Amino acid sequence: MATRTEPAAATVPVRATRTLSRPVALGVVGLFALVVALVAGVGLGSVAVSPADTLGVLGHRLFGLPAAGVSPAVDAIVWDLRLPRVLTAMVVGLGLAVAGTTFQGLLRNPLADPYVLGTASGAALGAAIAVLIPIRVAILEFGLLNALAFGGALAAIAAVYRLARTGGLGAMTNLLLTGYALGSLLAAGLALAMYLSGSALRQIFGYLLGSFGDASWARLGGALVLVLAGSAPILLRARSLNALLLGEEAAEHLGIDVRRERRTLLALGSLVTAASVAVSGLIGFVGLVVPHVVRLAVGPNARLVLPLAAVYGAVLMAVADLVARLLGEIPVGVVTAVIGAPFFLFLLRRTRSGYEL
Amino acid sequence: MTDPIVDLRGVRAGYGSRRVLDAVDLSIAPGERIALVGPNGAGKSTLLRVLTGLLRPTDGEVRLDGRPVAERSRESIARLVAVVPQVASLPFAARVEEVVALGRLPWEDPLRGPRPGDRAAVAAAIERVGLGRLLGRDARELSLGERQLVLLALAVAQSTRVVVLDEPTVHLDIRHQVDAMELLAGLNRREGTTVLAVMHDLRLAARFFPRIVVFADGRLVADGPPEVALSPERIRHVFEVDPELVLA
Repeated sequence: MATRTEPAAATVPVRATRTLSRPVALGVVGLFALVVALVAGVGLGSVAVSPADTLGVLGHRLFGLPAAGVSPAVDAIVWDLRLPRVLTAMVVGLGLAVAGTTFQGLLRNPLADPYVLGTASGAALGAAIAVLIPIRVAILEFGLLNALAFGGALAAIAAVYRLARTGGLGAMTNLLLTGYALGSLLAAGLALAMYLSGSALRQIFGYLLGSFGDASWARLGGALVLVLAGSAPILLRARSLNALLLGEEAAEHLGIDVRRERRTLLALGSLVTAASVAVSGLIGFVGLVVPHVVRLAVGPNARLVLPLAAVYGAVLMAVADLVARLLGEIPVGVVTAVIGAPFFLFLLRRTRSGYEL
Repeated sequence: MTDPIVDLRGVRAGYGSRRVLDAVDLSIAPGERIALVGPNGAGKSTLLRVLTGLLRPTDGEVRLDGRPVAERSRESIARLVAVVPQVASLPFAARVEEVVALGRLPWEDPLRGPRPGDRAAVAAAIERVGLGRLLGRDARELSLGERQLVLLALAVAQSTRVVVLDEPTVHLDIRHQVDAMELLAGLNRREGTTVLAVMHDLRLAARFFPRIVVFADGRLVADGPPEVALSPERIRHVFEVDPELVLA
């Protein structure tokens, strides 16, 4: 882990090492970790599958190679159960980390996460209503719960944006406070829904803590398309996030149309968040912690932070889900909190200046 | 007579119903060095906001390099005018050189990012402002004065034809005040950069700026060389202080 605390006397002229080689190295390490997490995630579980068999199944399914000595049962475990689950965890981790970086940069607030503007409470209320409604529909394996969680998240943030809109600059604090207020209101609705839910309480509760137990290829496909459709344009807007480092007025002076970029980035970040929570439930800490860890390593440049956060968010979520599975299907949100919170505290103590509001 | 690079004609502006600028005419030729002085609330900062397109005037017109500000994109304004604020806050830790590099954003391809020329401009700006000793430091740990120098270097890296400063010396000690003034004078003389600075220190303004513009109550009340614009009578009248105290 990098400390950013060289002595003041260091007079090396603008360090090229810092600007290039470390991010590249971290990127390579991250991609390697991603492959390891994939193989481990597919291989480990109640039925152990060797890496060779894992690769055998992948080779057979993807490239039509002969699957020597792989039983149909192993094939089904790898291809139908574990692979979509691991990949879904990676897509959601990527999405939450990118959205977290976006919201922190946009709101200029280190405590922001993808859920801060009401998306979480909106999604939760939507999911709870879906559980209470005695209708079961599914289109392409997406059920009412996925649909209402997705819609609830987007509706909540749209409402926050409309209510907070002052038109001018300096609206970020307004957005945060409005998000908090509306979030509290929605949380009251959620509490009522839970109170009324009776035996369905466990299902609502499961959603609130997050899980990848329902992963399937179809759900993975849906999440993948939406998360990438939101994340890719965010990555192309790194310049706007960088300009916002010094504040909204300074960003205008650096050539950014702040109103337009704020609207665009909010919409994209919300899309990514809504798609993530719709398939996995509310998984905390990944969107908060991963951007900070990456920033501590490579500095605040969004051009570096966004792609690295994407990779490490995917790694962290895949590992967290693996741990959750190995511990007997405990909620993955519990694992991310247990990993994330102490790690975050550790990082805060290591940085000299800390994070001021 | 060259065409003005900054041209305000009959500009009125304000916030809501409160009028802050009243019928301001100000024409600045390329390569001028101008200090904007006046009591608090006279409209100096509002003038800077109007001039950079952040505040739309209710009347009159603002032109930058011949084109109305209202027709220019944020990017085209940022490539022409750099603004040095008094202070800026950072939400995350950022090294001095990373903050200075933000000055290159208006020139950066949004997709490809900085090129070698951008890095050279950042290195040159750091050298010029004398920030070498602060490299690698978290900009949030610096003193207010050091941060002001970082923001000055950011504007230098922005490589614009016009630099606008809002009280550039307010947090600086005496030596750095003089250094900053000489840096601006050097930019002005060698690169022909037009410099427009809001100044509270009248002595510093009179010493380093050939042209002084005096504001009072949203109006331009004097415009000329220091000895004319900052006459003892005007100082007594506009600033309501004994001129002996500020100029002696």
